[in-house]
Amino acid sequence: MKGLWTRCNQCRRILYKKDILDNYSVCPACNFHFRLTPKERLGFLYDQAQFEKLDENIHSDDPLKFEDTKKYSQRLREYREKTSNPDAVVNTVGTMEGIRVIISVMDFRFLGGSMGSVVGEKVTRALERALNEKLPIIIISCSGGARMQEGTLSLMQMMKTSSAIARLEEAQIPYISVLTDPTTGGVTASFAMLGDINIAEPNALIGFAGPRVIEQTIKQKLPKGFQRSEFLLQHGMLDDVVQRKHLRPYIIRAVRLFLNLPR
Amino acid sequence: MSEEKSFHELEKNIIQAKEEIEALRFSDDPEDQTKVSQLKEKITQEWKKIRPYLNPYHIVQMARHPQRPYTLDYISFLFHDFIELHGDRRSADDAAIVAGFAFYRKKSIALVGHQKGRRTRERLNRNFAQPNPEGYRKALRVMKLAEKFGVPLVTFIDTPGAYPGIRAEEKGQAEAIAYNIKEISRIKVPVVNVVIGEGGSGGALGIGVGDAILMLENSFYSVISPEGCAAILWKDQGAVSEAAENLKFLAKDLLDLGIIDEIIPEPPGGAHVDYEQTFANTEKVLNQTLQNLESLSPEKRLEKRYQKFRKIGVFTEK
Ligand SMILES: [Zn+2]
Repeated sequence: MKGLWTRCNQCRRILYKKDILDNYSVCPACNFHFRLTPKERLGFLYDQAQFEKLDENIHSDDPLKFEDTKKYSQRLREYREKTSNPDAVVNTVGTMEGIRVIISVMDFRFLGGSMGSVVGEKVTRALERALNEKLPIIIISCSGGARMQEGTLSLMQMMKTSSAIARLEEAQIPYISVLTDPTTGGVTASFAMLGDINIAEPNALIGFAGPRVIEQTIKQKLPKGFQRSEFLLQHGMLDDVVQRKHLRPYIIRAVRLFLNLPR
Repeated sequence: MSEEKSFHELEKNIIQAKEEIEALRFSDDPEDQTKVSQLKEKITQEWKKIRPYLNPYHIVQMARHPQRPYTLDYISFLFHDFIELHGDRRSADDAAIVAGFAFYRKKSIALVGHQKGRRTRERLNRNFAQPNPEGYRKALRVMKLAEKFGVPLVTFIDTPGAYPGIRAEEKGQAEAIAYNIKEISRIKVPVVNVVIGEGGSGGALGIGVGDAILMLENSFYSVISPEGCAAILWKDQGAVSEAAENLKFLAKDLLDLGIIDEIIPEPPGGAHVDYEQTFANTEKVLNQTLQNLESLSPEKRLEKRYQKFRKIGVFTEK
């Protein structure tokens, strides 16, 4: 980040950057949760911010030779450079209060966190590793949905990831799904909604259809707070809305409770 | 022949011949029968002329053709003693999805499918085959019944997509689809999906996965509609044809990508021109597919189902 000051996206106040960073990238004035990079996110979760990255060598191939206003292969190169990540999800392993866990975290900066073959494969590998090594898994979603540039291949990643979750269930391995702003489309309609616990950060946009699509379909304005975390909690889709600073202790407590591991 | 022409313009001569055949259908006059054969030949010849000029967006128009056979047409022709089951036991009954049991070759079978309407009122009633969460939950209820009674399950896919509405979101559209696909992955009976028209994204997937995906030759199965894709990526509704070209969602594309298992051929002119031939072709492939699946043990079938989806995806690892 350049400069000492920044403006909050929500309350529009000019804030001292260090005050935001010291507060888990949450606006101290209005509680707006700034979007995090995977690295920032993982730093808040793991013991001493230490973790090991997994499955880093998987790259998309542009299987459909997709070209809209730009070639998909070109977009991929640009986003790899911009984010220093090979695709829109990062798989990691590390400890939380000494308990070994797997965390997959999505990167919204990479093509809107969209799920194509690579995201589907990596999420599935994380789930399968959790299954094979009997480790709890946490997936932190942040995605506009399936990746259009990989067509039906992207759509089928929903089944691939969800099948792996069914196996995890049968092996009694905890899976905690954390939904962050925004989580929509094919990611919500697959692994993000399938946690043993589904929790979300405050005021995150979460839904199947995007709000613009709904407005165009029903030809009316959407009510305030529609498809936000608190709305989903009210409608029974989430177990809780958790402040970012409480996320680590919440996850640790849930894992301990599921694994019968009192402190 | 210009690519700008809609499919409906291109098929005019075929539809005319088809209507002439229908007018002669109940005639015993041998002369009329000769005429029917001639008209059928005319359709075949016309189709040979048009077929090479059809682009993916023309196929989309065929898949959405208002005269195309719908789920209940397949059900009434291929199966008998169908009982339709209603409701998700939680909140509502969704007419966009039909579900129930029937007999097929002297054995019980469970059937689930998206259902479009023919006339304005039925179309509205069925919400243009765009399901709400209760539709997916009803579908799963019937799938679990199939599992309970050990009968195979066939689903028919024909939806523009899951309904994007306020109530749908409140009732958990995403959860309903997610839960369905997770549960279908471990349903112990054979599950065959037949894409008969539009395979509209997550809305199709919610009942559209299983041991084998069959596709009618002129149907499509896509992550997004070509219209939606054009609007988002091209920001231009005029780019629909280009989007359709890029998305590679036709049966032959998906067979190449290892996503579907078999293509069901359609008669000259498309499924809507000759229902009987379409049903006969479907029956043939469906029967063979079911037989193959039933010869496997449930454990083997479930492992194959898992591996089938596990392998879908294209990437390099270095
Ligand atoms: Zn603020």
